[in-house]
Amino acid sequence: MDPLQLVRRWPLFRQLTGSDPLGRGDAVRSDAPEPWEPRTDEADTVTRSVCPFCAVGCGQRVYSKEGRVTHIEGDPDSPISRGRLCPRGSSSLSLVTSPTRITKVRYRRPGGTEWEDLDLDTAMDMIADRVVDTRARTWQDTDAEGRLLNRTLGFAHLGGATLDNEENYLLKKLYTALGAVQVENQARI
Amino acid sequence: MAEAHPVGFQWVMEAKRRGAKIIHVDPRFTRTSAVADAHVPIRPGTDIAFLGGLINHVLTHERDFRDYVVAYTNAPMLTREDFVDAGDDDGLFSGWDPETRSYDTSTWQYEGAEVAAASGNRDRWGGDAETHRVSHLLGQSESTGSGGVPFRGDPVRDDTLQHPRCVYQVLKRHFARYTPEMVSSVCGMSPEQFTEVAEAICANSGRERTTMWVYSVGWTQHTVGVQYIRCASILQALLGNMGRPGGGIMALRGHATIQGSTDIPTLYDLLPGYIPMPGAHHEMHLPEYLAADAAQKGFWGNMPAYTISMLKAWWGEHATAENDYYFDRMPRISGDHSTFTTVLNMIDGHCEGYFVLGENPAVGTTNSQQQRHGLSSLRWLVVRDLQEIETATFWKNGPEIETGEMRPEDIDTEVFLLPAATHIEKAGSFTNTQRLLQWRHQAVEPPGDARSDLWFVHELGHRIRARLASSQLDRDRAILDLTWDYPTEGPHGDPDAHAVLAEISGYRVADGSPVSGYTDLRDDGSTACGCWIYSGVYADGVNQAARRKPAGGESPAALEWGWAWPMNRRVLYNRASADPEGRPWSERKAYVWWDEEQQRWTGHDLPDFEAEKPPSYRPPEGAHAQDAIGGDEPFIMQADGRAWLYVPTGLADGPLPVHYEPEESPSRNALHPGSRANPARERFDRPDNRYNPPDGEPGSDVYPIAFSTFRIAEHHTAGGMSRWTPYLAELAPEMFVEVSPALAAERGLEHTGWATIVTARSAIEARVVVTERCKPLRIDGHVVHQIGLPWHWGPNGLVTGDAANELIGISLDPNVHIMDTKTGTCDIVPGRRPRGPALPEFVASYRRRAGIGI
Repeated sequence: MDPLQLVRRWPLFRQLTGSDPLGRGDAVRSDAPEPWEPRTDEADTVTRSVCPFCAVGCGQRVYSKEGRVTHIEGDPDSPISRGRLCPRGSSSLSLVTSPTRITKVRYRRPGGTEWEDLDLDTAMDMIADRVVDTRARTWQDTDAEGRLLNRTLGFAHLGGATLDNEENYLLKKLYTALGAVQVENQARI
Repeated sequence: MAEAHPVGFQWVMEAKRRGAKIIHVDPRFTRTSAVADAHVPIRPGTDIAFLGGLINHVLTHERDFRDYVVAYTNAPMLTREDFVDAGDDDGLFSGWDPETRSYDTSTWQYEGAEVAAASGNRDRWGGDAETHRVSHLLGQSESTGSGGVPFRGDPVRDDTLQHPRCVYQVLKRHFARYTPEMVSSVCGMSPEQFTEVAEAICANSGRERTTMWVYSVGWTQHTVGVQYIRCASILQALLGNMGRPGGGIMALRGHATIQGSTDIPTLYDLLPGYIPMPGAHHEMHLPEYLAADAAQKGFWGNMPAYTISMLKAWWGEHATAENDYYFDRMPRISGDHSTFTTVLNMIDGHCEGYFVLGENPAVGTTNSQQQRHGLSSLRWLVVRDLQEIETATFWKNGPEIETGEMRPEDIDTEVFLLPAATHIEKAGSFTNTQRLLQWRHQAVEPPGDARSDLWFVHELGHRIRARLASSQLDRDRAILDLTWDYPTEGPHGDPDAHAVLAEISGYRVADGSPVSGYTDLRDDGSTACGCWIYSGVYADGVNQAARRKPAGGESPAALEWGWAWPMNRRVLYNRASADPEGRPWSERKAYVWWDEEQQRWTGHDLPDFEAEKPPSYRPPEGAHAQDAIGGDEPFIMQADGRAWLYVPTGLADGPLPVHYEPEESPSRNALHPGSRANPARERFDRPDNRYNPPDGEPGSDVYPIAFSTFRIAEHHTAGGMSRWTPYLAELAPEMFVEVSPALAAERGLEHTGWATIVTARSAIEARVVVTERCKPLRIDGHVVHQIGLPWHWGPNGLVTGDAANELIGISLDPNVHIMDTKTGTCDIVPGRRPRGPALPEFVASYRRRAGIGI
């Protein structure tokens, strides 16, 4: 290309010589084929959500198109975050659309050296069987002194702090009804 | 805060722009220090010495907000004659039992009052040392998450604060030794730096101004974690900074709904709303449990209504007055069932099944090697997560496979790894660090087999119930009679999260109509409510947590954005923002006040007080619960209506904070030479959890360097949500260690080269960052080198590295069983760590040199 033409295309040159001295319009416009539109314009739904990382609770707007998430950004309406997200919060789209996410059940049999495939329904049945079996074998009605226990120490739970309130509530309710007391959460550690 | 809670930190910067002075107290110079007015360096593990010094400064110079202190704190209460404060040398309070390493706390009580023996033995009052010891294992301290511990009686007071046994005078004597010089020698900052901070906070407190303290796990993850916070509470109460705008103590919690996970606890010692789990007793039915636990005065006096409403929510029509609302079928706890103890039980063969949901203990929990031993001892393990995290793959590529200590063929654990839904693929509420519930709407369906945890627990419950449906066994009644009929929706049959929230919020049993809040709850079985402190979040049948008025509406407290517990009140105990007569302490700091004309409390927030109770209200003789709280007593959850400078009951390791050194410390205890570390801390001295010898003991020179752990903005916790994300992985690709130029020179460590860090537990490698941010400290006359370790890496993910948790031993706070991750000792040498079997041998060689475990 003619070197002079290259200089003329240089945004700084255009800014200094053209009608856009502040460099906010034509001077800095690229010559890529129009139109460029933000992903957010093409979304068919915008859903209000909350950042899943730290406990500040920044608002998020989740843009999706045809059932797939296309963009996540800060919610300017939030009095907490005023539209901002930090590096972690800004990575939310990568978190939910990660190509390495597991989407199939993985099963490892005792002594196994590799993962195996397992149907979700079968896995749920097997897990329910394990709970019922372990609970029955490890049930404690009373302790050695005859004090009421009504419980099992045969299985335990540890949850992360992205389990939401409704999930924690049902977990605590189910475990307590099953007599499981070793129920713990990241909230301690 | 700029690093770990960046978006929250914008408000600190806003405050700075409006003239606030920002002081950053931290062992390291960080992104927060860079924009603060002052950075005050401190040795990790010494904050009680620092805060105690501030309290001493306030008391010595009489800088306390006297009107507030006399009216709103327990400063005037008299302690008992047989109470003995922590000795100068031994640092022990009265009641210490060296055999059980625990306190009989009965002498700590006020004169004229009687304490609940608490959950350890709820069916009796008073009680012996064993009762008190067990009660802490049973989480008595944690049940104070929404208010104080109950007691009975009428404490004796001296409002002149002159009586030698009044709390004010006890406090004055207790902290007298925490002088600027002592603080300097223990904490490592100069006496001048310390005095500058002390003057700044005193000048910024009182009628016209308020000071706020902000902390995070740098204060809690210690063997004295609870007492750190207590210390800040004392300081803030003395300065009149509680319940007032711009005041308070802000806990910056680390995860999206870690506050919610505490409020609606998946914690062994609590039921929803900080109701204690019942303990094992010979004769304890509902009346005994409630009588022992409910306070005489304050809103905890309504505990029967809260508890019975919860039982009605769980067992519906099966819970009746005749069967004590199913209370007798509830499981009982009998000691510490926390996650650390549970993993030891796995290793010892007593616990065979484990659900791990959205958590990664194989690298994320202290002494991770011990965690993996626990996992390999299980019969079955269910992991639900987004990625193939280390907890799911320990049997395949865990560090013990590499060293040859384990072989996959020998590990009998059956592992189910189930894909989970992300936060946008399911609806539900998060509770943020300021008690604010915010609703997440569902944007899309989760991919493939991925399901919400709500789906998982609901489905699991149904399948277990189906298997037990024909059971005649008594023990199966509780699960079969459980209310578990949530409406489902969507292609996977997810339970409707709104219906769950509506149950949490509460309803009238007769017609299912929503209650408006916890004051509607009754103890006669006519109301059901899953979590009393969240009662009202579904008031009027509307999801209040989903409210999103831009900027939260007109009110400065943004009252129309989400919903804060309790009852959408944004600043707790905000009645204290007005004087005893109900007038704002100053116009500048007006927040909530008594409107004489309307005869009700009003202001910028919802009053955390009964709206129509006038300041002049005095409880009649024999009044109960909230009726026993006077119109001038703002701390409505406390059994005396007051902020506690001194804790007559509820703590396992003392009614007042004492500086103790951590389990592993590079220094002796200069303040109490006779008690090096917290005498009541929980230790687990066993082959898989050895401790480095502390300073002064033989072998301590083998691990001469102090370390602390920290987080960076680019990663989240143990990395499960960040190490698989390309942007974040690229921003912070490698595990590193921060060392000072002086230490680098001494040990031959090269910037960007490798270093190996070793403790009695394990050794890890990290890239060296030589930086002035890390400074050697002069402690008690000698130089202590300290290093900083982030803890975000593990063997899996886009970026991998050793986990800092490999290095840390388990020693716990006796009140809440939280572990110390913030202090420890180690050695650091240049180069990468040994591979294969040479690694455990390398660690063992250090242990042998230090004489550990011999």
